Amino acid sequence: MNEFLQHLVNMLVLGGTYALLGIGLTLIFGIMNVVNFTHGVLYTFGAYVMFIVVQQLGLNFFLALPVAVLAGWLLGAAIELTLLRPLRGSDIDTTMLVMIGAWIAMQSGTLWIWGGVAKSVAAPFPEAPLVLGPVSVSWLRLFVLAAAALLILVTYLLINRTSLGRAMRATFQDQDTASLMGVNVDLIYTSTFAIGSSLAAAAGALLGPVYVIFPQMGDLAAVKAFAIVILGGLGNITGAVVGGFILALAEELGAGYVSSGYRDAMGFLIIIAVLIFRPTGLFARAERVG
Amino acid sequence: MTRALGLVPAMAVATALFGGAAAAQTIKIGVNEPLTGAFAASGTYVVNGAKIAADEINAKGGILGKKIELVIEDNKSNPTEAAAVAEKLITSDKVPVLMGAWGSSLTLAVMPKLMEYETAMVVETSSSGKITTTGNPFIFRISPPSAVEAAAFKGIVDKLALKKVDFLVINNDWGRGTAEDFSKMMKDKGIGIGLVETMDQGAQDMSAQLSKIKSSDSETVIVTTAVDQLTLIFKQAAALGLKKRIITTGGSQNPDQIIAQAGAAANGTMHLTTFLPWFPDKTPNPEATNYFISEWKKRGFEFAGCTESFRGYDGIRTAAAAIEKAGKAEPAAIKAAFWDIDVKGLNGDIVFRKSGPEGKESGQSQPNVYLIEINDGKVAMKAL
Repeated sequence: MNEFLQHLVNMLVLGGTYALLGIGLTLIFGIMNVVNFTHGVLYTFGAYVMFIVVQQLGLNFFLALPVAVLAGWLLGAAIELTLLRPLRGSDIDTTMLVMIGAWIAMQSGTLWIWGGVAKSVAAPFPEAPLVLGPVSVSWLRLFVLAAAALLILVTYLLINRTSLGRAMRATFQDQDTASLMGVNVDLIYTSTFAIGSSLAAAAGALLGPVYVIFPQMGDLAAVKAFAIVILGGLGNITGAVVGGFILALAEELGAGYVSSGYRDAMGFLIIIAVLIFRPTGLFARAERVG
Repeated sequence: MTRALGLVPAMAVATALFGGAAAAQTIKIGVNEPLTGAFAASGTYVVNGAKIAADEINAKGGILGKKIELVIEDNKSNPTEAAAVAEKLITSDKVPVLMGAWGSSLTLAVMPKLMEYETAMVVETSSSGKITTTGNPFIFRISPPSAVEAAAFKGIVDKLALKKVDFLVINNDWGRGTAEDFSKMMKDKGIGIGLVETMDQGAQDMSAQLSKIKSSDSETVIVTTAVDQLTLIFKQAAALGLKKRIITTGGSQNPDQIIAQAGAAANGTMHLTTFLPWFPDKTPNPEATNYFISEWKKRGFEFAGCTESFRGYDGIRTAAAAIEKAGKAEPAAIKAAFWDIDVKGLNGDIVFRKSGPEGKESGQSQPNVYLIEINDGKVAMKAL
């Protein structure tokens, strides 16, 4: 029983970060319909910004987080303006190839600048964990969970409760109509991609200090983000959050009670099962056909 | 047009001549190491150690009157890449001997290529037993197989009063091989074997495995993986309040890096290692050890890397000794010469003994194994 409780706590802290990864991608992949292969690189980018600001410039850890989010926003906006805007209207394969190219170029660039050896970032939290009866959890991970929850809430409100969010949803449902209603479509494209990118960078910035930072760290994160988005249903923020927690639960219980050798496989087995029974994901709206 | 075409063979001949002449001025040694991916830190240390050996040899005039040249390639911590790199080094760079490939799964992937091209390789780090028992006569290993580590550890299990142990090992030939060899030794000693948990080589979150181990009835955990993952394990074990004794194996722990990155979480942990840079006077060849450590520091590398990099240093010196003994930089002669060398390695004399099926034995030297303990952020030696 104690072990089970600990697994549940682990699931919560892991799920929070998976959810954060998922919502960033669901905005871009789900709403904008761009198969964003740079999501993992932006995650890595956020982690390296933390490394630069905290370890190299010696600045405050909590100051570094918004810096990483802002840097992710700017890099995302730059990618949209230089790569995606000229390709708008071209077929999905072309965009996908360009994004794969951007992924490889940026990852190699990171490797070129920083080398392949992992870096770590010191976080200003006590080393002794918080112990609550049979379970214990590190303060850093609790902070990450709280920060992830806050970012998820802000994103949810932004998309569902603000006029920018309404304009975003309108644009990707019907670009021409949105444009006729006075929506600046170009601005919406850039800001949606930038917001999704800043969420990826935020996830990297939060998780970099938990784990270690290296150029390929985003690859597995990106695979998981895609899985979460597909699991939850494309473009659905609630779906991405629930998907993140389901994936974390499957990994924890799979590793804890089935076999740790298949930990990463567990999540994907669940996804296969969901896709067999609900091919559009758990939370997808009924799609309009035609 | 005809004349232009006629130029092509002439150019090919010229390239072959000049190319051949250029190649003959140095003796190449292929280095196949993970410089990116999960084992980037370890592979980079080994390569830096290898460069110290090459520079030292060249400063003394090289071998057979020629300088040695390291051709270094990145196998990306990926077995498929490791095999491709070996093929590239042998066929395109024409190296007569190799060193590599750090991880057991990487080395095992390279081994068929060595058979195919009949080129020998010094195995500097890998510890899976399979490497020297499957009958590959082109393998010369200077690192201890996990059975040798287990045998060295046998003497101390009584002193540590082990009753039941769990394993947390990297899910590849190295980790699984270690769990197998150590379990066998411990069962013979009447020690109970509990959980055998694995983790993917790129995994960053081991909380699930550690939570399971926390709830088991064992008092000790044997952990086998490289330094980056070890650091994460110590941090995550501390966060989960795991109070068991942790002993690591494999010699790729870089204890100083663990102390620096895992802090207090590293205290009380024990590590089976194959080099003692903290106590140069206790190593088999103190003079060589002191030279290596001073050169390592002079180059501005972190001291933590010494426990890994010395293998690259010894590996290149081993390959160079074989080339010198062979009297020529040809694969077959070098392979034969490995059996006749005696190198003063930093971890004992490197002399190859036969291992594996008769007629196609691999070479295996008998390096020392030590147990160290981290106390109050410092490394202390435990008597084995």
